[in-house]
Amino acid sequence: MAQTLYDKLWEAHLVDQREDGTSLIYIDRHLLHEVTSAQAFEGLSLAGRSPWRRNANLAVPDHNVSTLQAERAAGLAALPDPVSRIQLQALDDNCKAFDIAEIPLNDIRQGIVHVMGPEQGAVLPGMTVVCGDSHTSTHGAVGALAHGIGTSEVEHVLATQCLIQRKMKNFRVQVTGQLPRGVTAKDLALAVIGRIGTAGGTGYALEFSGDAVCALTMEGRMTLCNMAIEAGARCGLVAVDDVTIEYVRGKPLAPKGEHWTAAEAWWRSLRSDDGAHFDRSIEIDGSAVRAQVTWGTSPEMVASVDGYVPRLAEMPDETARQGLQRALEYMGLSEGMPITDIQPDAIFIGSCTNSRIEDLREAAAVLRGRRLSSSIKKALVVPGSGLVKAQAEAEGLDQIFMEAGMEWREPGCSMCLAMNADRLEPGERCASTSNRNFEGRQGSGGRTHLVSPAMAAAAAVMGHFVSIDDVEAVSDVVGEGL
Amino acid sequence: MRAFTQHDGLVAPMDRANVDTDLMIPKQFLKSIKRSGFGPNLFDDLRYLDEGAPGADNSVRPLNPEFPLNFPRYQNASILLARENFGCGSSREHAAWALADDGFCCVIAPSFADIFRSNALKNGILPIELSATQVQVLFDMLFETEGFRLQVDLSANTLTLPNGDIWPFQIDAFRRECLLQGLDDVGITLESTDAIKAFEEHHAKRFPWLFEDLVL
Repeated sequence: MAQTLYDKLWEAHLVDQREDGTSLIYIDRHLLHEVTSAQAFEGLSLAGRSPWRRNANLAVPDHNVSTLQAERAAGLAALPDPVSRIQLQALDDNCKAFDIAEIPLNDIRQGIVHVMGPEQGAVLPGMTVVCGDSHTSTHGAVGALAHGIGTSEVEHVLATQCLIQRKMKNFRVQVTGQLPRGVTAKDLALAVIGRIGTAGGTGYALEFSGDAVCALTMEGRMTLCNMAIEAGARCGLVAVDDVTIEYVRGKPLAPKGEHWTAAEAWWRSLRSDDGAHFDRSIEIDGSAVRAQVTWGTSPEMVASVDGYVPRLAEMPDETARQGLQRALEYMGLSEGMPITDIQPDAIFIGSCTNSRIEDLREAAAVLRGRRLSSSIKKALVVPGSGLVKAQAEAEGLDQIFMEAGMEWREPGCSMCLAMNADRLEPGERCASTSNRNFEGRQGSGGRTHLVSPAMAAAAAVMGHFVSIDDVEAVSDVVGEGL
Repeated sequence: MRAFTQHDGLVAPMDRANVDTDLMIPKQFLKSIKRSGFGPNLFDDLRYLDEGAPGADNSVRPLNPEFPLNFPRYQNASILLARENFGCGSSREHAAWALADDGFCCVIAPSFADIFRSNALKNGILPIELSATQVQVLFDMLFETEGFRLQVDLSANTLTLPNGDIWPFQIDAFRRECLLQGLDDVGITLESTDAIKAFEEHHAKRFPWLFEDLVL
């Protein structure tokens, strides 16, 4: 029977299934970070249990870490925030106590867990991957079944190497044609969320397919799958193809020799069969997708950059009207205003969504030889890992950012969720390449507009969002503004 | 996990769609390495007029008088009535811990986000999904009637309204059993140890590269 990619991954990891459909699924890779693991290790200790398969686990500190070079150089013991320090120390201590591999704070391979994982080959096609972080959906880009879990499940995976699950339904997002130049995976992700809503993918595994998806690089596919959770889907998926294989080849933890040959053969079968059943499918014309900017406090509150903030009269019901009213008040925007009139005063380029080398190149292409608008008060560029940082520096991208007037930081989650000192002040408005524009997400009272790296860079120079068709046009527009 | 069988409780409103877990428990409180103590910081940005910090004495902070959970009529509520897509966003289980710590053992909404639902069920919190129409009826009654209570009977899968109406609700059979008996997932899974070992052996033969030593 024809199977979807999700069906194949599920079947290959099914340990047991009860009559009521409740199943036990085997987990190949478990990624850990400091924020959602301490209570799980404590639970394991209290029950006198030890990890089922030590080698399945890999930890890295990312959410709390300082992104300031001087603070990083001084090491964990010198971190000014004592509460963060305790949590980071707990990760180190737990990894030692339970003999779990950890990439430490000042290792060049340290980075955001969802950047580090694929970069190290710790995440491979065909794997089941979990992490106590909702953006674990990112790893579906390599054809892995990957999703976020809560801390109780972190403990469960440590103790049993399994998860209790029910099979999800299959949802295909088919993106035909080609994205216009300068329209990125981030814009596509936001356009999909705008179309199906933040709960549109609830209960589904979301497979992205079609020519526009196949044409994306692995970094672009990661951006797309990363945002699957913002559409409500615990996991996003992209079929394995040559792009996937070439990305994985040579990664430090990728299989070698005979194992590689066997692995590649299995990986190449990881695609939905012709005629496979999808419970829901939508088709999107990739060539019609425009650069996207969120205007509200949920990722579904999004518009094309040449669009406008919706009007209250356009809302279908009272709950939606109240939601819009609340979002407008929080965001300090008025109904009907053009998106290009929105003026950010902060810029954040980073996060597990958009902090990979390609993202930094995209932003740097716009910023090259230009300066931040005088209205921008704060501008951070935070690479996703030490390796991304080193690559960017080898290409001179750090110089472009710094010459533009932006801060070039050390890797970490940073202002995506503001657990460290990188945050918005109340009322500050940020063009951010991150994934969530929730109230207070980037700092209490902060206002977030989710955009692509190119758009964040264009807004940084112009002081407002810019209607663009491609990166070159951005440069032209930006040039005129100088 | 504490068991959930029957519950009779005061209902409080959270009248907005897409309530995310960042809103339920802001990031600064995620630095705790404990499972308890999150209750006073549930909906912290909405609940207080100042910005909260971990370790701060919440009892002296200025409360937001406009936030319904601060209204005298909703004090000691244990059932939260909410809108679509409750618990979306971050996987932080701290959101479920904060709800439980603040005395909530049941959330009623038209729909829940997947990860939150799973986290809630593992912490003795019953997520009840009703139709948007039914939820609207409950909101109307709640706003009209001070002291509005509901009786939840998980053993019968019913909700009893003050007017005597009885509404059935659906819940995953396995999760229902776990809640009724207060069962811990790890304990249940470890009963399948032999099956897991047999699967692992087969899996390692099929995909040997997954079982190589992880050397950094």
